[in-house]
Amino acid sequence: MFRESLFAIAAILLIAPPAALAESTKPNDAQIAHIAYTAGALDIAAGKQAIAKSTDPKVKSFAEEMVRDHQAVNDKALALVKKLNVTPEDNPTSQSLTKAADTKRAELDKLSGAAFDRAYIDNEVAYHKTVNSALKDTLIPDAQNGELKALLEQGLTLFTAHQMHAEEIAKSVAQ
Amino acid sequence: MVSSRNFLLAVPLLAGLCVPAEAARYIVTIQGMAFGKAPPLLRVGDTIVWRNKDILRHSATARSGAFDVDLAPGKEGEATMKQAGPVDVFCRYHPTMEVKLMVAGTKGRTE
Repeated sequence: MFRESLFAIAAILLIAPPAALAESTKPNDAQIAHIAYTAGALDIAAGKQAIAKSTDPKVKSFAEEMVRDHQAVNDKALALVKKLNVTPEDNPTSQSLTKAADTKRAELDKLSGAAFDRAYIDNEVAYHKTVNSALKDTLIPDAQNGELKALLEQGLTLFTAHQMHAEEIAKSVAQ
Repeated sequence: MVSSRNFLLAVPLLAGLCVPAEAARYIVTIQGMAFGKAPPLLRVGDTIVWRNKDILRHSATARSGAFDVDLAPGKEGEATMKQAGPVDVFCRYHPTMEVKLMVAGTKGRTE
């Protein structure tokens, strides 16, 4: 319940950013790049925690996939912003995503065994759903640069496959 | 009378007349976290060239263990179909990525 409201906050911030972005309610490319990179980095951090703590081989393997894949996409994102001479810009959306993820990670840190696996995989499903919606509804449509848009679209394809995989594992992880 | 040299030349010629149609090579592209379509007329002896056009590392792994082709982004690898029957292929790194191959026997080859 608490988890859902945290992600709801993140989702709302993505749709209706606060007054800090007074000129436009849409994030600019520098902010979009920052949000996308942050979303990946947070999933990598969550994955590393799961690799260390999980006792379920399917969950561990999934966590390794998250670390590997998000690192690959983030490397591409870094190369692209360098090429485009764009400096990713911190913003309230990235901050709220980070805060929610940090809180979740601290929560998961207290768990172990099947309880950890359950909580981790459930959060991965929720997290990917949130980020996929943000990509579809805001980040991709609002991206101005074509190459950035294309990379975000590749990210969405990847995140969607990740979500499917997480959902499949969630069915088999012990209650 | 057939000299030994003529005989040696004749053997490959005769073999050429009897040999079935050449084994085919099919390209299956991996892109956007998905395998391309399975080649519809796949036969024993045919080779599939798996081409990874995605930004991530994938694999083309037969669940039976018949082949396991690792594919870094931009790379390609081959697998030759050695047995007739269905072949379930998946990606070791992304197990929800799947494609089903159907390999026909060689009997149909010699037309």
